[in-house]
Formats: sequence, structure tokens, C-alpha cells
Amino acid sequence: MPATTKMTYREAVRSGLREALRSDPRVFLMGEDVGRYGGAFAVSMGLLEEFGSERIRDTPLSESTFVGAGIGAALGGMRPIVEIMTVNFSLLALDQILNNAATLRHMSGGQFSVPLVVRMATGGGRQLAAQHSHSLEGWYAHIPGIKVLAPATVEDARGMVLAALLEPDPVFIFEHATLYPLEGDVDESAGPPDITRAAVRRNGGGVTLITYGGSLGKTQQAAGQLALENIGAEVIDLRTLRPLDTAAILSSVGKTHRAVVIDEAWRTGSLAAEISAVIMEGAFDDLDAPVARVCSEEAPMPYAKHLEEAALPSADKIVTAVRSLF
Amino acid sequence: MSETGSVSAFGDRDHLLLLLREMIRIRRFEEKAAELYSLGKIRGFLHLYIGEEAVAVGAMQALTSEDAIVATYRDHGQALARGIPPGSLMAEMFGKANGCSRGRGGSMHFFDAPRRFYGGYAIVGGGLPIAVGLALADKLQNRQRVTACFFGDGAVAEGEFHESMNLAALWGLPVLFLCENNLYAMGTALNRHQSQIDISFKARAYAIPSDSVDGMDVTAVEEAARLAVQTVRESGFPYLLEVRAYRFRAHSMADPDLYRTKQEIETWKTRDPITTFSGRLRGRGLLNESDLAAIESAVGAEIAEAVSFAEAGPWEPVSELTKDVYTAR
Repeated sequence: MPATTKMTYREAVRSGLREALRSDPRVFLMGEDVGRYGGAFAVSMGLLEEFGSERIRDTPLSESTFVGAGIGAALGGMRPIVEIMTVNFSLLALDQILNNAATLRHMSGGQFSVPLVVRMATGGGRQLAAQHSHSLEGWYAHIPGIKVLAPATVEDARGMVLAALLEPDPVFIFEHATLYPLEGDVDESAGPPDITRAAVRRNGGGVTLITYGGSLGKTQQAAGQLALENIGAEVIDLRTLRPLDTAAILSSVGKTHRAVVIDEAWRTGSLAAEISAVIMEGAFDDLDAPVARVCSEEAPMPYAKHLEEAALPSADKIVTAVRSLF
Repeated sequence: MSETGSVSAFGDRDHLLLLLREMIRIRRFEEKAAELYSLGKIRGFLHLYIGEEAVAVGAMQALTSEDAIVATYRDHGQALARGIPPGSLMAEMFGKANGCSRGRGGSMHFFDAPRRFYGGYAIVGGGLPIAVGLALADKLQNRQRVTACFFGDGAVAEGEFHESMNLAALWGLPVLFLCENNLYAMGTALNRHQSQIDISFKARAYAIPSDSVDGMDVTAVEEAARLAVQTVRESGFPYLLEVRAYRFRAHSMADPDLYRTKQEIETWKTRDPITTFSGRLRGRGLLNESDLAAIESAVGAEIAEAVSFAEAGPWEPVSELTKDVYTAR
């Protein structure tokens, strides 16, 4: 049995970064406050001291340019890891992401690839109001040419950094900001995980709960409550939002005949909508009830605690949604 | 400057004739492209460089094959001057699989890995951060290369221009920022989109060395570019070179060109970089009619061959549509 170490999600990301920096001289980290400050979420604390300012690069507040510079450095033979402080600021770099990172390989007829890793914090739940609470990973999952990862566990927080660096194409990692203090056991000798597969986090036969990232904890909590009501919930952690592991989704729904998608993004045009469509297209005859969705309310995220809680998915909302299917 | 331009500054007659030939190649290539556009062989957007040939030809003389190029959607001139075969470019505009981007990019998106031509970027300003990153990769790998980033005066209004200048200066990156100031951001005149119309002056905010040069004079451009590239290579620091030129054709084939007067265009055409340069060469006894005819004939043959190459090229099978969205594993 491999030796595991208890660590937080933030320490796990750092462990992945450190291993990558140690093992490949082409890897470097750049972003706002990743160096002296240690990262806005303290993910990169200590890396500047260990690896120096050439490889741990504090950037100006120029999201578009430091993401574009990451693309250019990747074209130039490096393996950059760009940290965008939060998904909210990634909007300032969306042109570089969508028009350059995602297109260059295809548009150049396969001549150039962009082995770029971009990490950012995502999600709400911290009373940061409407400009600091977005869950836009579903938007990014809309874009062909990039891969989108959402580590929901401490183990994946570390492993996905390593897996992303093995990819020859741009990979975006969304770390839900409420997960950073989460603790778990990590085998630091484990290699990169298989990111092509979703993970079944709980087995059950009555309903499939499909989720990812910051909503996994709420979903697990709901599954626990449902067990008390003799509803066996199977929990699928998507892990990779693009490309989706549709086989895992369809296989579970084929067994349970019911599905609820839990996604912190707004409902309209969401990843949850996409997953519903995947189930409709691939498992229509297996369904005993319509696919249900638990998403955020369609409003800019409010500051007040009770309003924010009302806007976000919760274990109670998930339980209610599941009950409505029986 | 063009009246007294120093035709002898760059050595021999052969080199001067090369400059002339390169400009004529671009001119004739684009005239043919415009004709083929009218015939429907080329579709999409087509942005012609006619009038600005001295910029790409002069600048490219200063760069080595190890250096990198980042261009814009008006990229025919840079691509030809960099040495990408015209057949490959023409085929790209035809949308053929033997095009330089396998027909996925068209006129605005030429790419050529062997010549380190990192593409034409069609979101104004979008290429500048890429150039900064290429230069960062060179610095981190201790390579003494220069990345030349072409962009227009319109891009100077974009945040990415300022962000990129700042980052390149802050980190000491070997980027030649080469602004092709043709006085119009599509249809908006420089003095209607810039509070400070001396673009080279903007470099002072970042303590980046800069210069401006007459972009209608190929030897002046070459001289300024050589100095700029040498400065970048020796210092590892960026440089802004503003090249002041003029496009004789509309912004694109879709542009009715209503925002400037015919007289303005005609006045600029008296400074045509090809006719003025060939006039200077003639005046110094370095070019005669048969030299010019020989150049035109060779260029004509090369372009005819490029069109044949494009015509003969295959269409990429639709089954390959999604190939290279991701790298095949």
C-alpha cells in the first residue's frame, strides 16, 4: 500500500507544481502575485524561494498579455503554467484563449501546437458578490481546441497538474476557491492520473447525480441524506469537462434510470444543459423520469449571505430535485 | 528622405535589385490575388498590402532564419518577403490542402513553421502578446534570437499594445515591435483614433528605444530595421520601430474606401515605393529597362506557377475537418 500524506487541496496543487518544476526545466509558472505574495490563494507559497524568479514570475495585471505570452512561450518550446487569479479575470484574456490558444493548431494546418496549462480559481460561496463569484468553466468547455479540467478532490488537485503538462494542447484547470482548505490523503509518488475518465465517487442504483468541482461535496452530502430515505444515489464526478466522459454518464444512467445534474453555473446554456442533452441523445429509452438540473439562480451573485446561499446549489436543493423524480 | 535616399548604403547592386524584385513580387502577387478574388477563386477577406511593400521587404532584410515573425491579417507581404513559396500562399487563399495552413486559415492566417512564421493574427493587437511569449522562450533558453512583431497603427489603441510593451520592457525581452503605420485603422484616420499621433513617442512611457522611418523608402526601412534588430539582439531589450507608409488599395476587398479622398491616394501614389526606388536606381545607372523587364518576367513566371500550383492543389477531404483540433495521440 503506497504511503500517503495528509494535505490540503492548496498544498496538493503546490505539490503538483513543485514536482513539475523539479522534473522539467521547460516548466515555469507565471501570473499575478504567484511569487513574492505566494499566490492569491497561497498555492505557490515558497516556490519563488525554491525555484527563483526566472521560473516563478510575477506578472503585471495584464491578463490578456500574460496568457498570450504563455501561448507564445509554449510555441517557443517551453511548458508554461499560467495562473489567472480567478475565472472572473480570465474574461480579460478570453481573446487570447479562444482566438489563439484554441485555434493555432487547427488553423496552422497542424504545424504549431500550444502545450499551455492555465490554472484559475472559480466559483462562488464566499460573499464576494457579482464580479468575483463566476462559474464559467462551462463556457470554456464550449471551446474546441482546449481541454477543461475541474479537480474536485485533493488527489486530483495534485495529479491534474501533472496530467495537464503531458498534454500537447492547451489545458485549463478550474480550482473551486472553496476547496483550497479541503484536506485529503495524497500519494505523492503517484504519477499523473487518467484524465479521460469520470470517477464514480459513490455507488448507487436509484439515481445518478452528475457533478464536478466545487459541487461534489454538496452532492455527496445529498447522497448521504437520500440513503436515509432508501434512495441509492450514484455520484459521478466528471473531472474533465471537455472532452466529457459520456460513456460514464450513459452507463450510470442505464443502471439507475434517473439523473440529476448539479452545476454551480447559471442554468441557461449551461454545461448541465449539455449533459442533459447527452443523456437525452444517448439514454432516452433508459429514463424513467426527465433529467433534472440543480444550478445557480439566474441573477448576478448577491453579496448578502442568505441571498448568496439561496442562489447557489445546496444539498437540500439536490435532495428535493431527486425526490421530484420518484 | 526618398529624394536623397542612400542607395549605396547596403553594398552592391545585387542587393538593391533584390529589394526591388522582392517589392515587385509582392505587388504582382497581390494584383493577381485581387483578380482571382473578383473571379471567385479567392473568398473571405482579402487585405492587400499594395503601397506598403517597402516595409516588409526592408524589415525582413534585417532578420535571420533563426528569428521569429508574428504578423497580422494583412500578411501577404511579410510571408513573401520571409521566403514562403508563393504557391503555398496562393493555394492557401484558394482554400486548398497544399496551402501553407492546409486551407484552414486563408489570406489572414498564413503559417510556416520551417521559416518561423508564427501566423497572421486577425484580432487587432492579438499577435503582440504571442511575440512577447516567443521572446520569453528565447530568453529562458538562452537563445540570441529576435522576434519581429508586425502590427498596424490601429493596434496601438488596443490594451495589448501597452501591456506587451510594458511586459517586454519589464522582463527585458528581445522583441522588435514593428508598427506599420498606414494612417488608417480600417477607415478611421490616425488623428481620429490617437491622442498622440507620433506612435514612436509612446515607447518613452516604457523606456523602450524607438525610431520612426519613411516606409515608402525601402533602403531607409532596411537601414532602420538593421539598427533596430542589432539593438534588440545586443541588448536583449525590446525596440519600437514605427514605419510610416500608406496602402493604396482599400482596407479590404469589401471596403468602398469612402473615408479618404482620391486626391490623397493619388498624392501618396507619387511616392510609390517601387517606382521611386526603381527611378533612383535608374538615375544612378544601376538599373536599365532590360533589367526591369527581366525582373518582371521572372516574377510573372513565378506567380503564374503559383496560380497553377493552387489550381492543381487538392481539396482537403471533409473527413479531415476536425483533424488537428487536438494533437493526435
